[in-house]
Order: sequence, then structure tokens, then C-alpha cells
Amino acid sequence: MFNDFVAPSLYPAAPEIFLLFMACVILLVDLGVKSPRRTLTFVLTQLTLLGCAAITLLTSNTEVVYTFSGMFVDDMMADLLKLLVYGAVMLALFYSREYIQDRQAIPKGEYFVLALLATLGMLVMISANHFLTLYLGLEMMSLSLYAMVALNRESAISTEAAMKYFILGALASGLLLYGMSMIYGATGSLEITEVGERLYTYSVDKSVLVFGIVFLVAGLAFKLGVVPFHMWVPDVYHGAPTSVTLFIAAAPKLAAFAIVMRLLVSGLITQAADWQGMLIVLSVLSMGIGNLVAIAQTNIKRMLAYSAISHMGFMLLGIVTGVVGGDARFALNAYSSAMFYVVTYVLTTLAGFGLIMMLTRAGFESDELDDFKGLNKRSPWFAAMMMFVMLSMAGIPFFVGFFAKFSVLQAVVAAGYYWLAVAAVLFSLVGAFYYLRVVKLMYFDEPKIQEPIEGPLFIKVLVSANGLAVAALGLFPQFLMSLCAYALMRSLT
Amino acid sequence: MSYPLLSLAIWIPIFAGLLVLATGSDRNAPMARVIALCGAILGLLVTFPLYSGFDSSTSAMQFVELVPWIPRFNINYHLGVDGISMLFVILNSFITVMVVLAGWQVVENKVAQYNAAFLIMSGLMNGIFSALDGMLFYVFFEASLIPLYLIIGVWGGPNRVYAAIKFFLYTLLGSLLFLVALLYLFIQSGGSFSILDWHQLPIAMGAQIWIFLAFLIAFAVKVPMFPVHTWLPDAHVEAPTGGSVVLAAIGLKLGAYGFLRFSLPIAPDASQELAGLVIALSLIAVVYIGFVALVQADMKKLVAYSSISHMGFVTLGFFMFSAMGIEGALVQMISHGFVSGAMFLCIGVLYDRMHSRQIADYGGVVNTMPKFAAFFMLFAMANAGLPATSGFVGEFMVILAAVKFNFWIAFAAASTMIVGAAYTLWMYKRVIFGDVANDHVRELNDINGREFLILALLALCVLGMGLYPQPFTEVMHASVNDLLRHVAITKIQ
Repeated sequence: MFNDFVAPSLYPAAPEIFLLFMACVILLVDLGVKSPRRTLTFVLTQLTLLGCAAITLLTSNTEVVYTFSGMFVDDMMADLLKLLVYGAVMLALFYSREYIQDRQAIPKGEYFVLALLATLGMLVMISANHFLTLYLGLEMMSLSLYAMVALNRESAISTEAAMKYFILGALASGLLLYGMSMIYGATGSLEITEVGERLYTYSVDKSVLVFGIVFLVAGLAFKLGVVPFHMWVPDVYHGAPTSVTLFIAAAPKLAAFAIVMRLLVSGLITQAADWQGMLIVLSVLSMGIGNLVAIAQTNIKRMLAYSAISHMGFMLLGIVTGVVGGDARFALNAYSSAMFYVVTYVLTTLAGFGLIMMLTRAGFESDELDDFKGLNKRSPWFAAMMMFVMLSMAGIPFFVGFFAKFSVLQAVVAAGYYWLAVAAVLFSLVGAFYYLRVVKLMYFDEPKIQEPIEGPLFIKVLVSANGLAVAALGLFPQFLMSLCAYALMRSLT
Repeated sequence: MSYPLLSLAIWIPIFAGLLVLATGSDRNAPMARVIALCGAILGLLVTFPLYSGFDSSTSAMQFVELVPWIPRFNINYHLGVDGISMLFVILNSFITVMVVLAGWQVVENKVAQYNAAFLIMSGLMNGIFSALDGMLFYVFFEASLIPLYLIIGVWGGPNRVYAAIKFFLYTLLGSLLFLVALLYLFIQSGGSFSILDWHQLPIAMGAQIWIFLAFLIAFAVKVPMFPVHTWLPDAHVEAPTGGSVVLAAIGLKLGAYGFLRFSLPIAPDASQELAGLVIALSLIAVVYIGFVALVQADMKKLVAYSSISHMGFVTLGFFMFSAMGIEGALVQMISHGFVSGAMFLCIGVLYDRMHSRQIADYGGVVNTMPKFAAFFMLFAMANAGLPATSGFVGEFMVILAAVKFNFWIAFAAASTMIVGAAYTLWMYKRVIFGDVANDHVRELNDINGREFLILALLALCVLGMGLYPQPFTEVMHASVNDLLRHVAITKIQ
């Protein structure tokens, strides 16, 4: 009966296996760590991520490799996104160390293990080539994140955020599953590339298929946090401990981009006309509502949440312009511009939250906009860094956010959606207002508190490097742009 | 001729600015000032060979530098100047020296940041005038907003925040639509951002109209033309003296320069088609804004409105499509750079002593400040367009061109000679002449050596250009004639 069983190659999944193994080890080791700083746990966690990066680099090749009977795929896009996820998680953990140290209620050891498990979930999502693998990865990441949001047990607002996140996240997972089942019903396959081939070869029941796509897109929209499925974003960003907000705001965006690419592009490219129309609506609504509502915020975490909504909407513009009237000539250009957008957004967000975390102290969150008043008087250097971040998010050159917007916009114009490009730039103008307001608070206003900014030198250097990277990549964006384009060219077939 | 002069003109001020920033707090203010002055003077010196080495017999771009910047989108670091742009690079570098000198004793708060902002802005503006790549132009164009935003917001008057944000958002609105037009040209030209390629690109009439309108919004805001001029009086009134000088002398020229570099050669048919619109708006600016200037109670506001009126002459000159008109407009731009800069410096001299810009607070200044009154007299006359000053040459050439074009347009334009004289001289009379108005005026000290030097240098320029304008016009001929030939050939195929 098992004669035709072939042991799957574990090689492409080596980083995931290593990460899972190490997460278990760290959980055990942490039992023996008594120091409240949990230095050993922290160091092991960072080393694990470094090890994962090494394994990913060593096992990387330019071919597309499938394993576990086609359930798992390892291609250049996956490798690049995974490397970026490791980087984002490592930075996030560095930035959050002092923060969680100052807060007694947050369990320290579990924090790192949950972060690792969430990372594992992201890796699985990125490499999923099967509806079930994808769902597995998604749930693994989401459940870890729900727990992380709730980690601060003494905070009612955190608990509330976790509840909201959990309930809406579960609903979104349900939608996604339902959509997947419909597509399975229409095509008879759960394997994403197989679905794509069958849609190409056979004629399928269109009504069932489109029904499924609607649910699939709704589920994805929930996970991306785009309007009208964005309700959880501001509450979770606001309610979660800032270190967790930083975590949620960065790496999961990369994984969400990956599943959008896997599901919509690898699986359903033949139905692009159907889902592109839906995404255009989501995208325009997100840019509009995200940018407009952000203006009214007084809390910088909420403001950045709405800004995230608008950025995800902008990124979707790159996805919707891949196929024009059945012509996929511009696909590579469009998808790689979306990828560049996500990557640079994650980098910028990390710097932004890193700076917010640096301003916090024990018992003081520093997450109100007013806390940024007069930052230029307290620390000209970090005010400049924050200005870089804000201007980059507003899309002002010479910062990387400009080239992100530029590359997506050129894809939109190349596809002939001129009105969409005009709408996008007008909403960016609205967005510029609230980013500029942060610059205004830092430079034009008098400080409320005079204390200089404290923190370990290493973190200061890291945040500075992150902020300077936002400027440096704005001066020389070529390498990262080509890297994204190359990875996608090697991965899309 | 092997030195990359244009790169030096751009990057010397920027690096000097960064160096100035490195001096840190106000304890090192004297050093910051000295470094800033050295940087500005060095930046000016490297632009002199641009004039002496300029070949005025050709309309081709000179001092060309071409290095790939972002090959993925075929964006090049492509610099070069012709007879239209070369003078502005020198003017800009010259004004920067004036501004650093003007802030020498006056600015005592955040000296390093103040000087750095001006130096960096100067470099960026040189970049705008010498960029031959559409994206490079755009990047400089938008990045130059940041320093001025900070200058107005940090060192400005009581209502500075409103003025700074209004300035930024207004200009950004124009430039974002400009960006969409650039992307359209990029796609249409088969993937080139070279402005010179775009000059040759055939475009259908409908598209030309849209492109022209996108350009018009961007440049009209910057010039500023009626009815999008309302940001300028606010920005001028709130900005510190140096900010007003740079804004009036260089900032406004950027928009006008854009018309010559982009609108006319890229969309010649649309330019001819819509010339009536631009001429009408220009005449409204010349006449109506002239009357608005007459009733201002604030000196800076008065000069701001007079700037709008003078810039109306410039756009009027461009859109009559004659060599006389365009050269007159260019002369007017340079002259206005000297004269408006000098006017704002004069008002700054008074403001530093009295901390008031209201005309009503002054009277009889000539009794206490005779030297100052003499200089102010000269600049006021130049602003009114008196023969033998630079203000006369440009206006006269434009009016001559207008007479050939249409008598009634010339009639309306010439009326400004009267209105301009009225508002300038009436203000001069109320401020300088008459009895000593109050004790504050009685205690005024006449200008010191530094102020004398600045005003004397500007006076030399104003008189020199008025008496012997040929060195300025002879370098323009070839480029202007080539531009006109270009505009006369239809691009519709």
C-alpha cells in the first residue's frame, strides 16, 4: 500500500524545520533562565533567526522547487521575502527589548517564543503552494499574534484589542476557508499551481468560481487590513503594547503580500479581470478612508494604523495593474513594484516604531502625537530620523517612500489607468498633511518634556542605521528594485 | 573643462550644509556661520566658469554630465545647461551668499540648522535648473520644498505653521499631477525620462492638452499665477528675511523655468492652443494683483503681491512666442531675482530694528537712516521699472513684444508701469519720508558694514543690468531662437 511512497525532500523547508526545532529548544531553555532580563533567551532567539537566514541563503537557488507533494514551494520570491522577514523580526526584537523589560506584566520568555512561532507561520505562508498549507501558516502566525497582543495582562485596552483581533481574524479565516472550498468545488484541486493550470485548460463553473474569489478576496483584505475590512487595524495597533504593534506592523505585511501573490497571481491569474475589479475598489477606498481618518487621530499609533491602511491600498494598485485586458506583458513590472512598495514600507515602519519605542520609558508610553512636540530641541538627530520616516511615508524625494510610490504609479500609468494614478496622487496629498504635522510638532513647537533621549547605545545606532537606510535607499534605490524584479522573474512562470 | 561644474554647484552647498549641521548646538554658532559662508562662496565661485566657458553660439546643452542612476527605469543623473538655465544657476548661488550674510547677526536661534537649510536648498535648486532628466528634475523640485518648509516653520512669524503647511501642500498638489504627466511621457516615449527626448516626441493633440494642463497646474502654483497665488503672501509674510529672499528670487523662477523647459517644447501645439488662457491669467495677475498690492498695509505683503504682478509679466512674455517676449521675460526673471531679493532684504533691515512690518509704524526713516534710504530708493525705483535699472529692461522688452502681438494686451500690460510705480513709491514715501513718526524711528541706527555690503552688491547688479543688459541677453539668443523654432513645429502626427 505504501510502496509508492517517496520520502519528501526536506531540503527546501530546512529554515522552517530549524526554526520550529529551535523554538521548542528555547521554550525549554527558558524554563531554566532565572534572570529577569532573559538575556540567554533573547540571544538564542536572535541567533536562531540568524541561523535561519544562513540556511535560507545556503539553500537558495534560482529554480522553483516543490516538495511535500506540491504543498510547499521554494522559489526566489520566497527566499527574498523570508530573508526580509528575518531582518524585520530581528530588528523588531532588538527595538522591543528595553520596552518589555520596563513592563513587569509582560512575560519575557514567552514573548520571544511567540515571536518565533509567528515568524514560522509567516515562513509557511510565504512558501505555501496549497490552500491547506497556506491556511496552516496563516493560523499559526495569527494565533501567535493574538497571544502577543494580549501579553500585557494588566492592560484592559490590550485585552480588548486582542479580543477584537481574535474575533475578526477568525471571521476572516472563515471567509478565506469558505472561498477556498468554493474554488476547490469549481476546480477540484487544492494545490495552487494546479488550480491555475486547470483554470487555464478546462472550462469551470464560473458562478461557483467567482463566488469563491469574492470570499477569498474578502479574507485577504481582512489580513491586509484594507477598507472595508480594516476595522481591527486601528484598535489593534493602538491597544497592543507598542513592541507588539511594531511586530504586527512590519513582517506580517511581507507574508500577506506573499499570500496575495500565491493565491491571486499563481492560482487565479486567469480570473484577473474578476479580482482586479474588486481590488481597485478596495484600494481606492483604503487610500481615501485611511488618509482622511488618519488626519483626525491624536495618537501616533492610531495614526500609523490608518496610514498602514492607506499604504496597503497603494500597494494593491501594483497588484491590480498586472494584467490589462488579458495581456500579461506588464505583470512582472507591476508585481515587482508592489513588492518593492511592501519591502520599503516595512523598512520605514520599523524605523518609525523604533523611534517611538525609544521615546518611551518605564510607565510612559509616548504614543500621543503631542509627545513629539519639540523633539528637535531634545535631540536634533532623532528628530531628523523621524522626519526622514515621515517624509518617506508621505512620498517626498529623496526618501525611499517616493520611489516606492513612483514605481507603483508607473505601473498604473503603463496599464493605462490614468484616473487611478490621479486618484492615488491626490490621496497622497491628503496623506502628506498628517505626516507633515508630525514634522511640524517636532520642529515648530516647544517641547513638553525637556529630558534628553536615553537608551542603550546599540539601539540608538540601530535606529539611526534604519533611519539612514530610508534616506540611502531613496538616493540609490536601484539595487533593491532590481532584486525584487529579479526574484519575481525567477518565481513567476 | 574636465571638472563636473554643475555637480559641484549642486553638491558643494549640500555637503557644506551637512558640515554646518555637524557643528551642532548654538555654542558653535560662529563656526557654523563661517563654514556656511565659505560653502556658499565656494558654491558661487564654481559657477563662474559656467559663464566664462559658455558657448553662446549654440543652443545645445553644455557642461553635460550623464551617469546612469536608476537603470531599472532608465533614470539618469543627466545634467546640463543652456542659455535659458545657466544664468539661474549663477543667480541662485549668488543669492545664497547674500542670504547667509543677511542672517549673520540676526539669526541667533538654531544657527546651524538655519544655515544648513539654506545651503541644502541652494544645492537642490541648482539641481532643478540643471537637470535634463525628468525624474531628476522632479526629485530636486519636490525635495527643495522640505528646507523651505522648515525655514518658514521654525524661524517664521506668529502664523508660521499655517503658512508653512499651506506652502507645502499647495506646491505638492501641483507637483503630484506633474508626476503623473511625467510618467505618461515615460510610457509614451518607450521608457525614456530624458527631457531632450521628450522634446522630439510626437504626441496627439488630446494628450498634449492634458499634459499641458498638468504642467500648468504644477508651474502655475509655483510661479504663482492667478488664481493659485494665495499661498505666496502668507509664506512671504511669515518667512524670515532669508526665506523670503530665496522664495522671491529663486523659488518663483522655478515655475517659470518649467514652462520653458517642459510646457512649450513638449506640448507646443497645446501651448499655442491654450496660450490665450495663460495670457489672460497673466494679465489678471499684472493688473488686478497690482491694485491689490496698492492697498496692503504690510510691507512684505506688498512686495509679495508686486512679485506676483511681476511674474505675470514673465508668463505673458513666454506665451506670445516671440524672441523679444521670451528674452524679455528671462531678463525680467533675473532682474526680479535681484530686485525682489533686495526689497525683502531692505524690509528685513527695518524689521530687525523695529520688529514691525506695518507701513503705519514707520515714517521719516530717512532722518535716522540716510544710507539705507538711498539704497531702498534705488530698489524701489527698480521695482517700479524705472529706466536705467534692471527692472526696466525686461518689462520694456515684454511690452514691445506685446505691442506686436496685440495692442490691447500691451496696453493692459503697460498700465502696470503706473500701478507699479504707485504702490512702490507710495509705500516708500510713507515709510521713509515725512516727519519722524515715533520714538522707535528716532532711535534707529543706520545700516552697518555687513548690511551695506549686501545692499551695495545687489545695487551694483541692479544698475549694471539696467545700464548694460547685453551680457545677460547675448547668452540667451541661441537657446531662445531654438526653442521658438521648436514650438513652431507641430508635434501632431
